[in-house]
Amino acid sequence: MTENILEVRDLVKHYPVTRGVVFKKTVGHVKAVDGVSFELKAGETLGVVGESGCGKSTLARVLMNLEKPTAGSVLYKGQDIAKLSGGGLRRLRRQIQLVMQDPYTSLNPRMTVGDLIGEPFEIHPEVAPKGSRRDKVKELLDLVGLNPEHINRYPHQFSGGQRQRIGIARALALRPEIIVCDEPVSALDVSIQAQVMNLLEKLQNEFGLSYVFIAHDLSVVRHLSDRVAVMYLGKMVEIGTEDEIYERPTHPYTQALLSAVPVPDPTLRDNKAIIRLTGDVPSPVSPPSGCRFRTRCWKAQDVCAEQVPLLEIRQGSDHPSACHFAEKREIVPAHEV
Amino acid sequence: MSDILVSEQSAAGTSGRPSGRLLEVDDLRVEFRTRDGVAKVINGVTYHVDAGETLAVLGESGSGKSVTAQTIMGILDMPPGHVSGGQVRFHGKDILKMSAEERRRIRGEGIAMIFQDSLSALNPVFTVGFQIAEQFRVRRGMSRSDAKKRAIEMLDQVKIPNAKGRFSNYPHQFSGGMRQRAMIAMSLALDPEVLIADEPTTALDVTVQAQIMDLLGELQRERRMGLILITHDLGVVADVADRIAVMYAGRIVEEADVYDLYAKPAHPYTLGLLNSIPRLDEKGQELRTIKGLPPNLMNIPPGCPFNPRCPMAQPVCREKVPPLLQVGVGRASACHFAEELVNRD
Repeated sequence: MTENILEVRDLVKHYPVTRGVVFKKTVGHVKAVDGVSFELKAGETLGVVGESGCGKSTLARVLMNLEKPTAGSVLYKGQDIAKLSGGGLRRLRRQIQLVMQDPYTSLNPRMTVGDLIGEPFEIHPEVAPKGSRRDKVKELLDLVGLNPEHINRYPHQFSGGQRQRIGIARALALRPEIIVCDEPVSALDVSIQAQVMNLLEKLQNEFGLSYVFIAHDLSVVRHLSDRVAVMYLGKMVEIGTEDEIYERPTHPYTQALLSAVPVPDPTLRDNKAIIRLTGDVPSPVSPPSGCRFRTRCWKAQDVCAEQVPLLEIRQGSDHPSACHFAEKREIVPAHEV
Repeated sequence: MSDILVSEQSAAGTSGRPSGRLLEVDDLRVEFRTRDGVAKVINGVTYHVDAGETLAVLGESGSGKSVTAQTIMGILDMPPGHVSGGQVRFHGKDILKMSAEERRRIRGEGIAMIFQDSLSALNPVFTVGFQIAEQFRVRRGMSRSDAKKRAIEMLDQVKIPNAKGRFSNYPHQFSGGMRQRAMIAMSLALDPEVLIADEPTTALDVTVQAQIMDLLGELQRERRMGLILITHDLGVVADVADRIAVMYAGRIVEEADVYDLYAKPAHPYTLGLLNSIPRLDEKGQELRTIKGLPPNLMNIPPGCPFNPRCPMAQPVCREKVPPLLQVGVGRASACHFAEELVNRD
């Protein structure tokens, strides 16, 4: 648990906003990810939480090398992944795999399960020589808790939870070191969600995988993660161990987010101090100056509009928090029983 | 508030009895007749809601919670849908037997509904204001300008900032949370007695979800509406419900007061659901799951529909469908071993 397998340095991803049909003019940028840094250690799970539009899925795409970063870098074992090409890139792709959110659209309906899971072997024949592929696929099906005899079925013959297992089997096919999970359980029912989470945990223990686990459900993230990063409008506002974030959050946004999580215990109904945020998340095209959360923050002062608070350890916070006035606050943590 | 409830279930079929209840669903049965066969989506659902009360209908996808609501509203697609039995009584009168015209009058004024996906529930080619004002013009015969005034009042009531300016915006110009507010305004425009909210916050972020649930609760108290909250979220239910009906494979498997249900579920399915929520004190441990999958509604297993997934299943569970019977005060469970579940420590 010491080696950094993935290092993200000041990562920026902007998308141009254009106007005009023939003569395209760039009129602005959607600042989807705007200066994010973190490390991922081998065998660790880093949870990334935030609301829609905070840039967590863009982050996943950049980590997967599906998008080139506008600035900054993603280092896999010290190598900048954006600079790789050819064989180097292909070797990298084996090591980082993705599990997507929607098990209904992420599987090609015309391919059988065997083809879907076996497809990675076409590109990386060194992992499984041609003759052994079907057996490999059957092994993988068994591993994720599906019946190996269903290898010739099509995705529509499976339920949502089973399809998500197919997606996981496909991600595992090349024996990667890192799996980026982008909302892997949010499309699933509660009872099925728990099954898939158990599976992810089992596979991590078995293969020593590292996960970047992106989700908006704070209790799911808490259950699986060793460390948690909270994002707001393209920035990381707080990062720390699962305990630090959930028990001693110091950024006002994290505090508001945690207090808004409904707790499945009716007896806590009346003694819960919920922090009510007003308004909506500002547009990522023109985020507020200084601290991006200041427009919805109850602590905001003049300094918040002038200076961007750095993600660092400061007085009143034992872990990095991007708030000028970071401090602990008593809240009822999510799902304490 | 609910000591007599559900006792009717065992007496299901004693229909037509006036009871002074606001809305009652009585032994409702709905099936979908498709090319591939008949899917029994609702197999005898009984619940009721009174004025000022919040009933949460909890269940996973395919449990029939939304179809029940669509049947109440009369917006179920028929065919393939087909009501094969039961009643839906509003103020004691069976609305399933009413003429289309009579049902239309109840819709909006008697019972209104808000939907999960506000982007597809609102008409994209009309302004939000127009869609709210339309009801005042058609149903109340108001003039264009009066209707506009009332629509702006409604937008104001659901706390949309700058309601006047927002009146002439199109749905896509609203954020997700604001669209949901607009839909609440629309459903409350004609002052309904019962509001059915079908997963009203599922598509929203947690901070916005909290805002919307607050607003719904506030409006409900002001108007003493009966609220049927359809959801799969055990957290939201714990926050707002008075009573809970848990659905599985088209049946109510448990009905109880919110505190009783969370403290001591009387059905193994409810227990399984509560156990599968990630909890703080069990971090790092495996989550206790419900094994297997919900049944195929075209081929529901004989006996208790939950028996293939149930850790307590006995031979009797494969033979006899357990009826929803009362266990203790104001609660009912459809399990052969409900007594044991409730009496364990």
